[in-house]
Amino acid sequence: MTLESPVLAVRGIGMVFNGSDGRNTVLEDLTLEIQEHDFTAIVGGSGCGKTTLLRIMAGLQKPTAGRVLLEGAPLTGPGPLVSLVFQHYASTLLPWKTALDNVTFGLRGNGTDPRALRARALALLDAMGLAGAAGRYPWELSGGMQQRVTLARALIRKPKVLLLDEPFSAVDEATRAGLQDLLLTLHREESCSIVLVSHNLEEVIHLSRRIVILGGSPSRVESLIETSEDLTREVLRSHLTARRQSDA
Amino acid sequence: MGFLLIGVLALVWELAGRTGLLNSFYFPQVHRIVARLFTTVADGRLPAAVAISLLRGFTGYAIAIGLGVTLGVLAGYHRFVYNLIEPLVEFLRPLPSPAIIPVAILLLGIDSSMKIFIVAWACFFPILLNTMDGVRSVPPALIETVRNLGVGYLQTLWAVVLPAASPVIFTGFRVSLAIMLILVVVAEMVAGNTGIGFLILDAERSFLVADMYAFIATLAAVGYLLNRLLLLVDRKVLAWHHGMTALAAP
Repeated sequence: MTLESPVLAVRGIGMVFNGSDGRNTVLEDLTLEIQEHDFTAIVGGSGCGKTTLLRIMAGLQKPTAGRVLLEGAPLTGPGPLVSLVFQHYASTLLPWKTALDNVTFGLRGNGTDPRALRARALALLDAMGLAGAAGRYPWELSGGMQQRVTLARALIRKPKVLLLDEPFSAVDEATRAGLQDLLLTLHREESCSIVLVSHNLEEVIHLSRRIVILGGSPSRVESLIETSEDLTREVLRSHLTARRQSDA
Repeated sequence: MGFLLIGVLALVWELAGRTGLLNSFYFPQVHRIVARLFTTVADGRLPAAVAISLLRGFTGYAIAIGLGVTLGVLAGYHRFVYNLIEPLVEFLRPLPSPAIIPVAILLLGIDSSMKIFIVAWACFFPILLNTMDGVRSVPPALIETVRNLGVGYLQTLWAVVLPAASPVIFTGFRVSLAIMLILVVVAEMVAGNTGIGFLILDAERSFLVADMYAFIATLAAVGYLLNRLLLLVDRKVLAWHHGMTALAAP
């Protein structure tokens, strides 16, 4: 794989849902490339298909048109190379397992050395500031701590791409700031690309290198903005507003 | 405190018998019932009858758990399995289980296999329905996350869906445990000459009223102990669930 070839490529995908009120086309001819060690944010109005796009990129949803390529090969289903962290993180943790067992869940018995697995899990939890919480159950942890467990669980699989669906929307401001810093540190230290869906424009500007604006009906990529010192919340908001006005 | 009330009621019964307020033929004094209890325990009749009833009951209960949980997980997890079995389940479920006894006698005779069948039949439906409900209440995000983690189909069912649904499944186990005891006694009363159900009916027909009350009291004690046992298992297996709900309570 050359430096220019994307680690994950979305090529002309479309997504149509058949609902009680007929066919609903959510995404159409959407193309997007995620480069190695990239940090991309996806923004757009509510219901524009951001979560659907992430689910397609994770292999959880088969698009009705187009295809997704992982390291050049078609993505046929979900797998550990593309990890998705859901918005409602609390319901994605196994409440009968400790934080440590949640992180290592599904990896035991896969030929992985149990001691090495445990050591890596503990190191990840330590990096997340959860060294003392490894033996605690998810329901004994705060929202921010639970979210860090889900991040550790995703990262232990050494994914090529980490997809985050509004990961900090349910935590308070102080926890959010701590988690954002943690995410930047992880991005520096772990060799994975990150795709973040968020409604928080400051968060998007602060964290990502590239911002993808989804818009239109059905949604497609409307703009791609490289983040820079000059990019402010107002500038980004004006991009979004301009798109919505042109849609209208 | 609750046991004290039982003691007081027993005392009132005893005194009412001694003072002639209660007809001692229909309501023998408590000391006579206790004496018959000790006699039938000592001669081995009562322990043998309880043992065979429990063996029949638990065999049927185990069959119901095996079938009910397996089918319930599949029907709760796969819409097409649910659609396939739902009409048949809803047709058979309202049928009072004792109505099946003649069919069971016709097909299986009056031995233990008939009683086991009746118990399994009656216990199956609450376990099946609770398992289906439990599985369907597992958060979709949990299933999707597990799929995303690369966990296989069988491990998802065994290590994720089943534990996540277990609090609701256990409710089915508790409901069915009471049903198990009822049905095994009813089946033994209808046909056969062994088991605690037969002993109760036989004592009544032989006008051994004190024996009858002794057997009924034993049955009540067995039911109480079985429920306590299941509660202990529930506390142990679902410790995480009780901890979680206690924490969430206001």
